[in-house]
This record gives sequence, C-alpha cells and structure tokens, in this order.
Amino acid sequence: MLRMGLSLVFVLLVWAPAVEAMQNTLKKASFIPQWNPQAQFAGYYVAYEKGFYKKHGIDLTLLQGGPDRPSSAFLIQGKADFATLWLSTGIRLRASGQRIINMGQVMQRSALMLIAKKSRHIKKPQDMKGKKVGLWGDDFQIQPKAFFKKYNLDVKVIPQSSSVNLFLRDGVDVASAMWYNEYHTILNSGLNPDELTTFFFHEHGLNFPEDGIYTLEETFKRDPSLSCAFVKASIEGWLYAFSHPEETLDIVLRFMLGAKIPANRTHQKWMLNRMKDLITPPDHRSPIGILQPSDYQRVAHELKENGLIKETPNYESFFVWCEKDVEK
Amino acid sequence: MRFSFHYHFSRKIIEKNVEINAQNLVLSKANKIETVLSSTQKVPENLACFLENASYTKEELLHLLRKVVENNPEIYGSTIAFEPYRFDEKSLYFAPYFCRSNGKIEFTLLGSETYRYFYLDWYQIPKELNRPQWSEPYYDEGGGKILMATYSVPFYKEVAGKRQFMGIVTADVSLEWLRNIVSSIKVLQTGYGFLISRNGTLVTHPLKELIMNETIFGVAEVRGDANLREIGRKMIRGESGFVPFRSIVSEKPCWMYYTPIRSSGWSLAVLFPQDEFMADIKRLNRIVIILGIVGLSLLCVAVAFLARSIINPLRAMARATEVIARGNLDIELPHAKSSDEVGKLLEAFRYMKGSLKDYIQRLTETTASKERIESELKIAHDIQMSILPKTFPPFPDREEFDIYAFILPAREVGGDFYDFFLIDKDHLCFVIGDVSGKGVPASLFMAVTKTLIKATASKLIAPGEILTEVNRELYQGNESCMFATIFCGVLDTRTGEVLYANGGHNPPLVVRTDNEVSLVAGKRGLVVGVMEDFVYETDRLKLQSGDALFMYTDGVTEAVNEREELFSEGRLKTKISSLQGKPVQEIISGVREEIVCFSNNVLQSDDITMMILQFKGENRKLWSDEETTKE
Repeated sequence: MLRMGLSLVFVLLVWAPAVEAMQNTLKKASFIPQWNPQAQFAGYYVAYEKGFYKKHGIDLTLLQGGPDRPSSAFLIQGKADFATLWLSTGIRLRASGQRIINMGQVMQRSALMLIAKKSRHIKKPQDMKGKKVGLWGDDFQIQPKAFFKKYNLDVKVIPQSSSVNLFLRDGVDVASAMWYNEYHTILNSGLNPDELTTFFFHEHGLNFPEDGIYTLEETFKRDPSLSCAFVKASIEGWLYAFSHPEETLDIVLRFMLGAKIPANRTHQKWMLNRMKDLITPPDHRSPIGILQPSDYQRVAHELKENGLIKETPNYESFFVWCEKDVEK
Repeated sequence: MRFSFHYHFSRKIIEKNVEINAQNLVLSKANKIETVLSSTQKVPENLACFLENASYTKEELLHLLRKVVENNPEIYGSTIAFEPYRFDEKSLYFAPYFCRSNGKIEFTLLGSETYRYFYLDWYQIPKELNRPQWSEPYYDEGGGKILMATYSVPFYKEVAGKRQFMGIVTADVSLEWLRNIVSSIKVLQTGYGFLISRNGTLVTHPLKELIMNETIFGVAEVRGDANLREIGRKMIRGESGFVPFRSIVSEKPCWMYYTPIRSSGWSLAVLFPQDEFMADIKRLNRIVIILGIVGLSLLCVAVAFLARSIINPLRAMARATEVIARGNLDIELPHAKSSDEVGKLLEAFRYMKGSLKDYIQRLTETTASKERIESELKIAHDIQMSILPKTFPPFPDREEFDIYAFILPAREVGGDFYDFFLIDKDHLCFVIGDVSGKGVPASLFMAVTKTLIKATASKLIAPGEILTEVNRELYQGNESCMFATIFCGVLDTRTGEVLYANGGHNPPLVVRTDNEVSLVAGKRGLVVGVMEDFVYETDRLKLQSGDALFMYTDGVTEAVNEREELFSEGRLKTKISSLQGKPVQEIISGVREEIVCFSNNVLQSDDITMMILQFKGENRKLWSDEETTKE
C-alpha cells in the first residue's frame, strides 16, 4: 500500500511538468456548431469536456452557435477555424466560390422529414396533393421540393416557423420536421406515432447527409495536422458520447444551461439516440466521417436542378479525408 | 371481515366524496380562469370588429390601440398586425405595438427582416385556422420570467364581395394571476394543482424545473408511464375525468381530477394524495378495530361472569341431584340469589325435592298399609280355603263314590266355593257356587252362603228346598245386593240317584261310562239372594256305576287366550270326553292343564273352580218316580 502510494506520488511529480509542457505546445483553434447547444452537437461538447482536443494538441475555443450566429458566416469571415454545416450548404458555398472544404461528413443520413396526421387522410405521398405543407426556408426546402417534383405533387406551401404549433392545431396538413427534434416534440405534444404518417427523405431516394465538419482550404493548408487532429478528436468525442449517453446528456445540458436555453433531458436523450442512428446507420459500413461520392453527387445534382448552383464543385477538392493520406 | 367491509365501504364513500370535492374545486378554479380569459378575449375581439366595420386613419388607429392598452390593465401589450402591403401599399410590414414598460406605454412598429411576423405562431395560426386563438404560454421577450399568453383575433374586410383576410389583432396578457390561482390550490398536506397547455406543456407545477420546459408526455416518457401519456392525451383533448395518478412530485398514489379551460384549450388538474385523504378513514378504522376488540373483551368478561352465575348454581344442583338420586332427600339445596330462570329452576327443584320427600313418605306409608292388607288378605284366603274341604279323598272308607274338587282364585280371596258333606249315612250333599264380585266381600258372602247351605241341608233333603231357604235367608240382610249362583245336589250313595237344584249356575256335565258327555237337563233357576220368595225346583238324574257329574264355575268356560277367545263349553266337553275312565283327580288336573295351555299366560280374570263326583256303587231304588217330582 505504502509502496503504491509512493509510486503514485512519483508518477505525479514526473507527469505534472509533462502536462504543462504539452499545454505549452497546444495549438489554438476555434469551432462553431450551426445551431444552439443541443445533443445534435454532443460529440464536440464531449470531446471538449473530456479533453480529447487537448489530447490531440488543440487548445479549442467553443463558440456558441444559433439562429443569429450563422456558422457559415463565422467560417468564411475567419471568426471560427472550424464549423459544422449541412452538406447542401457546403456545396452551395463552395460553388459560389468560397474556398471551404469538408473534412468529415459526420452525419450520413438526412434527418429532415415531412410529417402528416393520419386523421387528415394522408398516408402516402400522393395524398399530399393540394394540401397545406409547412416548409422552412433555404436549404430546408431543397429536399421537399425535389420530393414534390418526384411525386408530381401540387401543394400549398406555408412558411413554417420554428414551432410545430401550426401543425398541431391543424393550421397545416403536413409539417417539416427534424427527426431528432420536431418529431419528438410532436410526440411529446400528445400525438402517438401510429397517428402520424412520416416521410423520411432518405427513404424516398433523397438522402441529403446533413452535418459535416468544414474549414477553409487556407486553414487546412496552413496546418493540415491541426485540422486532422480536430476531426479525429471530434469523432472520438462522438464515439464516447454514444457509449456514455447519461454522462453525455449531463454535459450537453450544462452547455444548454450556460447558453440560457431551455434544457429538457428527455428531449436531448431522444436527440442523442437519433444522432447515433444518423451518424452510424446500421447498414453503413464505412468509418464515421466519410463523404460518399454518391451522396455528394445526389445533393449537387438536386442543387443544380433547382438552380441553386451553376456547376458542381469537384468532389476531390471539396472533401479532404485525413485518414486517406495516412492509408497511402 | 366486518372491518375490511367497513374499510372498503368507507373508502368508496370517501373516494366518492373526494371526487365530488375535486370536481367542485377544479371546476370552480377552471371557471375563474375561464372568466378572466374570456373577459380578456373581449378586448381584441371588439377591436377586430371595429376594424372590420369602420374606416380609420393611421393616427386614429394608433390612438385607439394606445387607449386599448391604457384602459385595460390586464393587457400587457397589443398589436394590430396587417398582411403585407394591406394597410399601406408601400410597406411590407405594418404592425403598431403598444406595450407596458416600467409603468409607461411604449410604442414600436413590429416587422423587420429578422422579425417577419407573418410566420410567427401568434399570426400564422389564427390566420390559417380563420378563428381566434390563444397562443401557447411563453415567457416575455425581456426574459423577465413573466408568463404570458397572446390572444390573436383575425380580422377581414369585404373586398368586391369577398371576405379578405386583413391581419391579426392581439392582446398579450400576463398569466401571473393564473399561476397564483393554480398555486393557491392546496389539498390536504401535499396535494396540488397544475395546468397544462394545449401541447401538454406544464404551465404551472410545484416542480419549477418542469414549468414551460416539459410536457406531461415528456414526464410519461421519463417514467415509462403509458397510462400517464393516455391521461395527458385526454386532458389536451378537452376531456374531464377523475383518475388514479402517481404524483410527479412525491411519486405517491393520488387521485386526480382534470377539466379543460375551454377558451384556451388548456387543462387544469388537481391531485388528491390518497394516503392523506384516506388517513382519516384509516384512523377511524383503527379506532373501530380497537373499540371492537375492547368491546369483545368486555363482552367475553360479561359472558364469563354471567355464565358463572348461571353455571355455579346449576353445578350445585347437579351435585345435589346426584345425592338425591342416591336417595338422600335431606340434602340442603343452594339458595337462589336471583329471581331469574336459574332462581326459578332452583325453587322448582326445591319444591320437587319437598314433593318427592312427601311422596316417598306417603308411599312408604301406603306400602306399609298395603302390606298389612295383603297379609290380612292372605289370612282371609287361608281362612276361606280352610272352610273349603281340601282333604282328598274326603271319605276314604266309602267306595261307592269318589269326589274331587279344585279351586284357583283369581285374586287372593275369591268368590267361588264348593262343599260336600254327608247328610246321613246314604246321602252326600254337594254344592258349587259363585258369588258375584270378588275379594273380601265376595268371600264373606260366600262363607255366609256356604254356612247357610250346610245348616239348611242338615235338616232338609231336597236341594230345591235348600236353595229356597238359603235364598230367603240371604235376601234378608243383603244390603249390598250381592248374589250367588249355586248348584246344589244330593247323591243317594246306594242308588246313584241325584236330586239337584240349580240357582242360576252353569249346568254341570254328566259324564257317562259310554263316553257320552251331556249337560244336566234340569231347570236353571234364578240366582240366589236377589228375590225373597223365589222357589227353586228339585230335579233328578240317575248315575250309573262309573258315571260322573262334572261341576264347574264360569271361570272355566270363560277363561280367555291372547286372541280373546273363550275356553267354552265345547272345548270343555271334548277334553272331558278324552279323559273318560280316568280317576277323578286326573280328570280335574287334565282340564286344568288344558285351561293353562289354552290361556297361555293370559292373566286369569275369574276364579276357576271345578268339582267332580263319580258314582261307583250298586244302583238301588229308594224312591219311587212319583216321589221325586215335586215337593
């Protein structure tokens, strides 16, 4: 016992200066998620809280995202070194000449969906014909519009606010929803899953992978190892989050409270579980972070079809996968 | 069982009462909320009505809106928000907004690139639904933690005959009063009320962290409580009910009553902690059980005491009875301490003991006197028997006749009699009779009769005269109207001639040597002793050597068997016929055995007397036929 205690003291004496030395060599970097703190970004908060970034030599500053703090603007203006963006947003920015690159397509699946009440007689896409459909703006409209075109539906689009109250009170027949967010809000407003018809875009050939890690080409070129370390630490954070859900929820709720955002553990738990489904789908074999060329082409094609981009940016220059270089 | 029934029944009553109380409480609170909400609704509704029916300038509109906020203290802020370009063709947004701020009314124009009010719930929902709507409760913009809700009323305008949507009138109201109403609900110790919005959001609740942050469905999800989710769905559907509910605060089982606030679609619920409202009944039940136990024990003691007071005298009586049963009637009985049934029984027992004692004493006396009488009767019997000749053969030196008699009295002293004696050397007088009645009087009468006959026969020869004389004598002094049947005869031992008279007696049988058995043919006269001057006739018959005369009393022919049949003359004749030629003694005993055999232990009811006279000597003619007719 005494010997063990002595050796522990010895280890601490030797180790303490080593940690200090490591901190001295940490590289400063900043990161902004594309929305308010919530379990959607659990991996980054966990990696931060558990010291994964430090372990990979990064002294990270976590910036708070939100509706009035768009991550794309922060990234382009250099206010943040790293940011999360939807793939469609990333491609549009790249196509518009912004030199941003995707360093890891974290989310493999589209969480955007349309929801209808069976009581309003909507059970298949064709039933939406002539109905009032609530849609969010910008990139949230790309998939629904492609969906309407695919099924040749003429619908009455109603701009949808951030709440689902209009849908709950039957102001619209169909609402937009994120699987990890609004869908659960609807369930927890008293509607049972069997009373709802859900349209997941990834089930209708319109899988638009969403959240990915982006940086500026310039930032990557300046210090590729820093960018790769950030991605690696972030993925580690996600894996930790999935295997330690309760601890992760504690961390997420702490961040939400810090940002003065109403925090509901039940809801965050749902969100974290859906993140796992979206980041590591059961049928998906490739490692976390790979952007599949097929997904890329699909999104780019739809963007071009809708006139949102003129030319499809080159995949190779858009997606930089650090591990690939290591493999080589 | 009685207690569990009592508990169950009381519990049902209490639950029913709780339901009624809960209903009253919740409905009264809900009504209060409803009243405030609907009075608030009037303001924007009136404003919308004005906007639809009147024309106005921008200044008039602003003035009106300011007045609305100023004059309605419950209204925190109000706006009239127009559709794009609807109020002013040049401006996309037009939404003047007056609100209270630090005691003053402030004015702003809503609507900007960052505040596109067309797409907000307070505008969009009533517009899409074409009807006024209460918003979900929310915290005020300033982050002042004031709970608010907005009532939005759409207004329209007739344009070319078409009703065209113009915009929305709103009234923002603070819901602090609502919070106060609901949080003032205190039921027993831990019961409380809570209010959920149309989406199930907990608007007021004792747990602060749930307020505006959690829906009842979220709580159900955390607790894995499908039932709670179902209750929540009923609540937001606007139903009312009284349901079992687990308290979100204390996890205690409760009953919950919920009812909707119709105008806003919210639902108010009040919880009644079951253990608390059941506490009284549990206490009551405990008291009832204790009272029951105490009462039962007291009853047991009382019963034991009563039983002792009853059983002790009974035991004493049982002991006394045993002693009495052994014959000791002098034992002292326990004294009756009370006048109840036991006391009465004791008295009766004491009386019975006394009576028994008296009775036994009397019985002892009676027995003694009876024994005395019996011994006297025995003596009388002996005397009676002693006056009948009982030595056979009575005349051992006379060979020309043989006589044998037998008497079996039914009681110790009978009324039958017989007699025979020699009147002179050649005349044997023989008598058989039966006195009416039995016992001592009959035997005394018999003795008198027998003595009279013997006395009379000594001086007279003819039996008719004897009976006539005896009859007269008996009649005189026969106060008790007794009588006798008598057959009297005199045998001439030389000739075998028999003179006889019958005073109402069974005619004897003549047994001839040729085995002919016949009744004596002579007249049967009146019974002796009832008619003073009756004259009995003398008849005559002749016995050949070996012939016999068999005399008997009615005790022979009237002996009965168990079938109540009489022995009868016929049976007697047959028996005697079978015994012909036998010695006289054997004939009598043969008939006697036959009677015993016939009656077969049936109690003998009358005296049985038989006498047989057999003539054995030479026939000698003493009297002429003329002499023997009548005297």
